[in-house]
Amino acid sequence: MSDDLFVSAAAGKPTAGKPAATGPAGKPGAPGPAPGAPDPAAGIRTAARVAETSEGAQELLVRPATPPGELRRELGAVLRLPEGGVLDPGDIDVERRDDETMIINMGPQHPSTHGVLRLMLELDGETVLRTKPVIGYLHTGMEKTGEELTYVQGTTNVTRMDYLSPLNNELVFCLATEALLDIELPPRAVWIRMLMSELQRVSSHLMWMATNGMDLGSTSMMIYGFREREMVLSFFEKATGLRMNNNYIRPGGVAADLPDGWEDDVEVICETVLARTYEYDELLTGQPIFRERTEGIGNLTAEEALALSATGPILRSTGVPWDLRRTMPYLAYDQVDFDVIVGTYGDNFDRYSVRLNEIRESIRIIRQVAERMPPGDYRVQDRKVTPPPRARIDESMEALIHHFKVFTEGFRVPEGEVYVAIESPRGELGCELVSDGTSKPYRMHIRGPSFVNLQTVPLLLRGGLIADAVAVVSSVDPVMGEVDR
Amino acid sequence: MTALLPEVPAAPGRHAAEVAFPDRERYRAQVAAYRDAGFELCADLCAVDYLTHPGRWLPEGVTPERFEVVVNLLSLSQKRRVRVRVQVPERDPVVDSVVDVYPGADAMEREAYDLMGIVFTGHPDLTRILMPEDWEGHPLRKDYGVGRVPVQFKEAPGPR
Repeated sequence: MSDDLFVSAAAGKPTAGKPAATGPAGKPGAPGPAPGAPDPAAGIRTAARVAETSEGAQELLVRPATPPGELRRELGAVLRLPEGGVLDPGDIDVERRDDETMIINMGPQHPSTHGVLRLMLELDGETVLRTKPVIGYLHTGMEKTGEELTYVQGTTNVTRMDYLSPLNNELVFCLATEALLDIELPPRAVWIRMLMSELQRVSSHLMWMATNGMDLGSTSMMIYGFREREMVLSFFEKATGLRMNNNYIRPGGVAADLPDGWEDDVEVICETVLARTYEYDELLTGQPIFRERTEGIGNLTAEEALALSATGPILRSTGVPWDLRRTMPYLAYDQVDFDVIVGTYGDNFDRYSVRLNEIRESIRIIRQVAERMPPGDYRVQDRKVTPPPRARIDESMEALIHHFKVFTEGFRVPEGEVYVAIESPRGELGCELVSDGTSKPYRMHIRGPSFVNLQTVPLLLRGGLIADAVAVVSSVDPVMGEVDR
Repeated sequence: MTALLPEVPAAPGRHAAEVAFPDRERYRAQVAAYRDAGFELCADLCAVDYLTHPGRWLPEGVTPERFEVVVNLLSLSQKRRVRVRVQVPERDPVVDSVVDVYPGADAMEREAYDLMGIVFTGHPDLTRILMPEDWEGHPLRKDYGVGRVPVQFKEAPGPR
């Protein structure tokens, strides 16, 4: 079966206006929706209504089978309208007859979809008309799992969501837990967290530079990006014991103090990566081929980005100076000096520049943190939340009990609910935590920035060339572990 | 400045300027009122199933129901957040969609429908987003047990 590649090629169908999909065609408003008079029921497409089409309910349908409301949404028309207005389907500027277009499938195993993202693309020749990201291939029910784990174990779960910035996931979960616990962290714990999350941002953006380079055909950038990222990961291994999925930031502080000589390691990373970012400038920023492939591709306006809830480098590339580290400071970001990088046009090149310059800003922060790292405890000395030092367990019965309680039952968190958000390398990473007073979260919801940002892909791809689709998807920087959770 | 509609109970929130508790009839209007008051971005929308945790605190005049849809709105110009919590009963888990107010709520509402079974009327494409489309049940509900998928290999235990 060639179903994988060609889901539905409507070309050559003699009967225009009839859904090309097999099955009981004609159920969801088959003979072309009447313009201007949308059937209220046709606005909602449920699994039951289109279960029998070959594409399936979650996927992109051929035009005649698509309800008008859905078609308008897919074409981005909702965004070009004043609030609440309804566009006449005839106004949609890319109006194609069904036999001119075809729907093809990209992914979920396409090497440039950054994991298992599947894109359904409606093409007219080489021009992309409609796109629908189909996700869920990596769904492992982590929010459900989170309800079965104690708060102490919870960080091991959330850290696996965004696997390119695991420490940020741990951080937002811990901040939410601590907000419910209402505990104050010692300054050293706060600054260690800040150091680690900025290093994580550097490594995540380097990884993005690498994959973006590869998607655009610059394999040297891929090798360089991975090489520099490895330096950061080596430091993580030294400090936390693991390169990824560190489980280092825990409720009440961090798992361990920084290793001896960490200042030197961090300074070497800062110096090397900063110098190398200027090499990337030579390799990519000024390079004509790279600029041709990125400038003016995948444009987004600030209004569109806000309407689609896009955050992070995507929002900043459109010129909106919104960075939670600056605008709603958490940890001690209000005490360090850094710039919020914004773009102008919201195209691929701006998203590239924002990320490249954010690496430099993160290095600025890291240097300040390394200079001003306060002494003291690296976690709260509240034995109901954090375990006692290992040596104390041999001496004190009470310490042994506390250790045992923390790692078996965990600690109880007062009833309540909270939403905490931080700026992850991909945007606003939020954690909605509901506690019922036990030692396990009653509900743990992670607002993954990639999941939300993925909604911009249909708009970014619309009207562009299929060859740019890879570059655009890459510039959105989706991490499928976080999208599907 | 407040954008609360009349007769919508509210409470101060943690990490949020205020938490509004509209009923289902005024939910969409309340979200739209916040949008008009300068909350440009719908940061998050999720659903909570309070089946096994009935005694939560709610302001006076709000009847607790099994489900709750929580919307987190963000104002970039005022640098503050508000939360909207709407109670959704178990027998009729239907609530208005806010996609026409915030197009970015699209994927979030699909996720809430998929995993919690909340039906958003007016959503243009209310299909499953994370689970396979022939999946039965809504996994994040509290009465949906874990470990229900039979494994194809070994003598794995069947559905329980």
